[in-house]
This record gives sequence, structure tokens and C-alpha cells, in this order.
Amino acid sequence: MAEKIKAIELAKKQREISISEFFTKNRHLLGFDNPRKALLTTVKEAVDNSLDACEEMNVLPEVIVKIEQTSEERFRISVEDNGPGIVKQQIPNIFAKLLYGSKFHSLKQSRGQQGIGISASVMYSQLTTGKPTKIISKISPKKPANYYELHIDTKKNEPEIVIDKEMDWNKDHGTKIELELEGIYQKGKQGVEEYLKQTAIINPHLHLIYYSPENTKIEYPRAVDSLPVEPKEIKPHPYGVELGMLINMMKESKSRNISSFLSTDFSRVSPNLAKELCNKAGISDKTHPSKVSREEADKLIKVIRETKIISPPTNCLSPIGEELMLKGLKKEINADFYAAVTRPPSVYRGNPFLVEAAIAYGGDLPKEDLVRVLRFANRVPLLYQQSACASTRSIIQTSWNNYGLSQSKGALPSGPVLILVHVASVWVPFTSESKEAIAHYPEIIKEMKLALQECGRKVSSYIRKTVKAREQKEKISLFEKYIPELAAALSDLSDEKKSVIEEDLKKILKRGMKNLLAEIAETKEEE
Amino acid sequence: MPEEDSKNSLKKFGKKIVEQTKKGKNPEIKLPLRNLSNIIYDKKSRTLTLGNKEGTRNFFNVAHAKKFLQTIEVASLIKKELLNTGKHEHLRGVFYMTKRTIPGTNVNIVDEQVESDKAIEDLEVITGLSREQLHVSANKMGSMVGNIIIKDAGDTIDCSKLGRGGYSIPSITDELSFSKVNADYILYMEKAAIFERLNEDKFWRKNNCILVTSQGQTTRGIRRLLQRLYEEKKLPIYVMTDFDAWGFYIYSVIKYGSIALAHASEKLTIPGVKFLGITADDIEKYDLKKHLIKLNDQDIKRIKQVVDYDWFKDNKDWQRQLKMMKQMNAKAEIQALSSKGISFISEEYLPEKIKKKDFLD
Repeated sequence: MAEKIKAIELAKKQREISISEFFTKNRHLLGFDNPRKALLTTVKEAVDNSLDACEEMNVLPEVIVKIEQTSEERFRISVEDNGPGIVKQQIPNIFAKLLYGSKFHSLKQSRGQQGIGISASVMYSQLTTGKPTKIISKISPKKPANYYELHIDTKKNEPEIVIDKEMDWNKDHGTKIELELEGIYQKGKQGVEEYLKQTAIINPHLHLIYYSPENTKIEYPRAVDSLPVEPKEIKPHPYGVELGMLINMMKESKSRNISSFLSTDFSRVSPNLAKELCNKAGISDKTHPSKVSREEADKLIKVIRETKIISPPTNCLSPIGEELMLKGLKKEINADFYAAVTRPPSVYRGNPFLVEAAIAYGGDLPKEDLVRVLRFANRVPLLYQQSACASTRSIIQTSWNNYGLSQSKGALPSGPVLILVHVASVWVPFTSESKEAIAHYPEIIKEMKLALQECGRKVSSYIRKTVKAREQKEKISLFEKYIPELAAALSDLSDEKKSVIEEDLKKILKRGMKNLLAEIAETKEEE
Repeated sequence: MPEEDSKNSLKKFGKKIVEQTKKGKNPEIKLPLRNLSNIIYDKKSRTLTLGNKEGTRNFFNVAHAKKFLQTIEVASLIKKELLNTGKHEHLRGVFYMTKRTIPGTNVNIVDEQVESDKAIEDLEVITGLSREQLHVSANKMGSMVGNIIIKDAGDTIDCSKLGRGGYSIPSITDELSFSKVNADYILYMEKAAIFERLNEDKFWRKNNCILVTSQGQTTRGIRRLLQRLYEEKKLPIYVMTDFDAWGFYIYSVIKYGSIALAHASEKLTIPGVKFLGITADDIEKYDLKKHLIKLNDQDIKRIKQVVDYDWFKDNKDWQRQLKMMKQMNAKAEIQALSSKGISFISEEYLPEKIKKKDFLD
């Protein structure tokens, strides 16, 4: 009896958890831990969306970010792009429904992954200010723009339309989002400005204009007029699949039997291989995918892991490329030397990925500090959790002492250096949903280290040469200072004229200097 | 005028370099290497001499430029300030004459006295002149007492009437003359403290000898003085040092010459000199074991070097001494003898050793 009553009591408490409650309790997972981060995350999500949209439609992105302070703790953020725009019916869903998006189900290198970003910002704005989010979007110069003011129905996770109207917008196509939220505007390493600067570095095709809360205009000009190669969408590779995902895929599959499911829904699985997998797992290859039991699916996964399957195609990746990385760095960072490396694609857990690294040395970079690290995943700057990131670990594990930089054990190297690490993948493994640090997969760390070592070799030969050149110059000036002294002493000793001896010595130095200067010039040319 | 010869030698040296600059050549100084690799131990004459290995020092070479400048600068200062005026200066004084900052740099021509000292040694080798001929003297570091009357710069000095301090040996002893010498031998010791002990005990009077000391390494002036007394007055010389590799080396310098001054061996070495103590056997015989000092890393390193010097290598007695030192893993100071009583050294140890001719060669 007692138990029954308990169950009834419990049943009274058991109800659907509203999406807003979930969000409030788990905001840290999504990058809204504190007002500082909330502001940055919102800018980040909006800019990421703009860039993805522009690139998908082959438009050179032009993005305008504006932040205004409306009260002590409130800011109005607007992000405007020249992207393709969004069709009217989709606008409410995209901005005011959590977990709605096209990206989660596809394996394609893109900035956003979960489809949670921008709607989470809308939710946060609503929770902290109660104000609706304003959207203008226009898809063609021939059509008027659509203007929306949106709330999220936090119980149902559905859009709540406050205003829906057509309006004129002096733009051919594009989207603008404006929302107000509680936040703190921060300068420095984890601030909006740094994020935008890094975004400009890693996206040299982007033209970005930023109006800060102090109402200063900062412009990040475009460095190249070509868009990155559009990454191709690929099917998942069997090595990357987990049980739950496999069961879901089987449920949703349109294939009529398990063997054709395997060969059509996965990459690198031929009909023959599909049959072999079924046989090994003891499943009849004629079984309908939805009839495969959990135990059988489990067995299938085991078999997949034990079977040799060729790596997934890697044309799905779009690297920035060495040349563009250099262009991006050069326009934003003033240094004396730059080098960049793009590694060939590799695979972790069935997911293709590739690593790129670049290094800048000298110039305005502070000489005594630890090196500055810029981390990127799919062209998105990562500003938080530097120490938890695989890129940081890879930098620490590389012996920079060999490359002419000083480095204490277990620490980042120090010197006038900036190191950039970029991971491009159809699925970048992050340590958490807030996408701040890349997880420590050995395959990824290995590639990172190879890229860093190559950068190290390049910078070390530069360092050696500049040191050599400086030494040569010092040599010459040293001799210039010694000559009058030697001439005076020799004159006293030999009773010859000092001026004659001095002139002779200068001539000898001048003749010898040609060799020294030639060496310096040679060094410069090789750079 | 002896100064004229020195001046001319230096001038010749300077002219040679100026000729090179006139021809547009990178000025160079050739000089014999003064390190162990170029030291030859002549077994016949039992002296260290300089070999034929030459080094070249170029002005337009970053590694040599400063040394080159130092050598020329010191040469010109010696010529101008000392030889032209007929004055003498100490090594320390030459250092201060040379020490100044080169205009427009933070480089000093010399930073340490060793640098100007080396430059002077270089000049000796280059010109064949001795330091004395260059009018450079060293610090007075030694004393002498005994039945000997000398003439020094016109003054007559009776070394038996100089109280506890004795005669302060000048750094240049070439011009001394010996008016009267009444002694059977010379006892030279490394430690001034022992010298004072023996002088207080009037050891020299009782044993009819001359006592000479210097603090640590034997200066050139003392070596020259000892050599002259050995050769001119046929006085045997017995050397007393601490029982350690440094002490043994002090003895070898007096006997065979030194690496740094191998170019001047002829005027300094005394092949007939004998080593009196302290030996490993003395430690056994006089029961000094309680007063031994454990060898430190530098002592051990020094033993290794000394064992391998050519002038120790073929000498069984010395190899045995060094081997025993290593086995004991200990050294001993002369003063350890005082543990047997304050005048043990003057009343028992020395008379017995000398009577029995208990020496090492």
C-alpha cells in the first residue's frame, strides 16, 4: 500500500520540464554562464550564422555588428548581413524555437552544429529583459523585407509572434537580428573585440564593421575576394557511429533491408561489405532496418569496429589554406615573420578532420610574455577554456626550445610569438556543448603537433637568420669603435701618423664589410 | 741605455703591424701558443720550454679584436709612460693605466687585471724582452732571512738583522748583488706562517741556512733570486710545501718552470732543487693522520692534471706520492706538524730530514 501511495505522490510531481526551466538550469552548457559571456555568445552565434548563410549562397560576407548600452546592465545587439535572407515561414522557427536547424543532422563542416545557438540567445534576451527579438530579412530585391518581433513560448518551445509585417529595407538581400539582453561588456582577451578580430583573421574573405558601445567604428577589411571552397556534405562513416545513433538511423531509414541501409546511409560501405557486416553480426541481410533489435544493433557496432573499412572521403573539408591564413594574419597582426601550414586530412572516430597552424614572430608582439594562442574550430574563434583545449596541450607538448624559443617544462613557450591552430571537421569534438575547447583525441593532437613542428622549423630558421644578421651588424659597429683606439696606440708605438693608420684600417673594414653585408642581404632574401 | 733596446723592439713590433695595414691586410700578430698543448718538457735540461705551435691573432676577427687591441694598447703605454720616462710600474698599475671605456661603447679595454697581465706576457714572447726589461714589476710577495748581505739599489742590507719580517724581496731581482753569503743551504717554503715560526726560533742561525718564502705561487722575482743564489753561490735549495697537488706543482714550477712562463724558463728554472716535504711518507712517519683534510672535487681534479704532466709522468717517486694521496683521499698542510709541539718542525722534523737527506727529486 505504502508504495502505491508513494508512486501517486511522485506522479503528481512528474510533469514536463519546460524548455525555459531547462535552459535556466543548464545555461552554462550553452555559453550563458555569466553576463559577460552571454553578450559574447550572442554576438558569436549571430555572426556565425551570418557567415554560414553567406557562404552557403556564395555571397562575399559583409557583416555589421553594433552594440549599444541601453542601461547599466543592458545592451542592444544587432547583427546585419548581406546573406541570402530567410523565407518568411522559416523566420519564426529559426529564431524562436530551440533545437531547430538544418545542421544537426548533416555531416558537413560548418560553424554551427547543434542548431541551438541563436534561439538560445533569443531565449536569454527574453528571460533577462522580457523584450522581443526583432528580425528583418529580405530574400530578393524584387520582394519587400519581412519584419518580425518574436518571443519564445517557453512551455511549448514554439515561436510566439508579436509583430509580423512587411517593410522596405534598403538592401538587396540579407538578414538583421536585433535583441536586448542583460550583459557586461568586456574588453581584452575574452571580449567581443578580440572575438571579431580573430574572426577577421580566420575569415579573410569577410568584411566586418563594428560599432562598439563607446560608439567607435572599427573596420576589418576584406583581404581576399574569393569565398572558401564550399564543403561537401558526407554521410557518416561507420567508425563514428554509436549505438543510439545507429538505432535512430535505422528507425528513420527508407531502406527496405539492413544491408541496403548500411550501404546507402553510410560512407565507404559497399553492398558487399554491408553483407559481410550482417553475416559477421549474425543478422540476416534481408531484415528490415526497423526490425533490428537492440542486441543485434549492439553486435553490429562491435563487428564494425573490428572490420577494416577505408577512411571517409575528405573532400568534405574546406581548409583555409596557407596563403589565406597568412593574409588574414598579416592584415590584423603586425609581425616580422609569418608562416602557415595546412596538414592533409586525417580521421578520428570515422570523422574526417584537418589541422592548420600558423605562427607570427616579432613586430608588435610582446617580447617577454607567453606566446599568444589563437584557437579556431571550423573558422570560429575559441576564447574560453584555453587550458582545457587540445590545441593548447599540443603547443605545450611541442619542444619549442629546439626552434629557438624559450619554454619552461609543462608551459607555453614565451617570446614575441603568436600561434594559430585551426581544426576543420565535419564534427569537431568539443569538451562541452558551449564549444569552447577541443577534446583531446590522440589523432587530433598528433596532427596538431605535426603542424606546429613544421611552423616551428620555419620560424626557427628565421630566428637564426635574424640573430645572425644582428650579430653581423654588431660586429661592424664594434670594429668601427675599435679602429680609432687601435690607430692611436699603433701611432704611439710606431711613430707613424695616426690619421693614415686609421684610414687604412677603415678601408680594410669597408672591403671586409661587403662580405658581411652580403651575408645580411642574403639572409633577408631567403625570408 | 737598456731602455732604448726595449723601446726599439716595441717600435719594430708596431711598425710591422702598420706595414700590414698599409698593404690593406687584416692586421695580425703571430705568437707561440702558451698553453699545455705547446709546452715541451725537455728531459735533458729538465725544463719546460715553449714549442713551435703558433697562433694568429687578427684585428678584424670578433673573437680576437679585443685581445689584439689590448696587446697594442699595453705596448704603446709601456713605451710612452714607462720606457720613455725611465719609470717602473706594477702589474696592477699597468692594469689601471689600460683600464678605460672605449668612447661610444660600454666596452672597457680591460676589465680584469689578468687581461693586462696576459698582454704583458704576450709582449715578452713577441719581443723577446722580459717583463723587467719592459719596466713592469709584480707585487712583492716574499721574504728572506739568513746570513746574507745584499746590495739593492745602492743600499746594503744584512738579512740577519731584519727582525721578524725579514728582507722584502723586490719583484725584480736581476740587479741585486750578493756581498757576503754564509750559509749551507736555502730552505724555501710555501707558507709565510712557517717562515715566521722558523724565524722566531732562529732556525737559520742554528742551522746556518737562508729562509725564503712567498705566499702561494712563487713570484718571478723570487725564482730569479733563488736561481741566482743556486748558480752563483752554489747553494742547495730545499722546498717545503703542503701535501697536496697544488703544493707539488709549486715545487715543479721552481724546478722545471711553468706553463705560463715557459718562454722565460731559462732565467727562472732550477733543475737541482730538492723537495723536502711534506711527503706521504712523512704523514706515516710523523703520525699526522689525525690532521689530514679530506680531498675536495677540485683537489681530485688537480691531481688528475698533475699526474699527467710530462714532467711528473716519468717520475716514479712523484707518481707514487700522488697515488698515495689519492688512496688516503686526503691532503695536509705544513702547519699540521705543529700538532707535535710548537717547535717540532724546527727542532726535530727539519734537522732530521736534512741530516738524512730525506728528499724527493
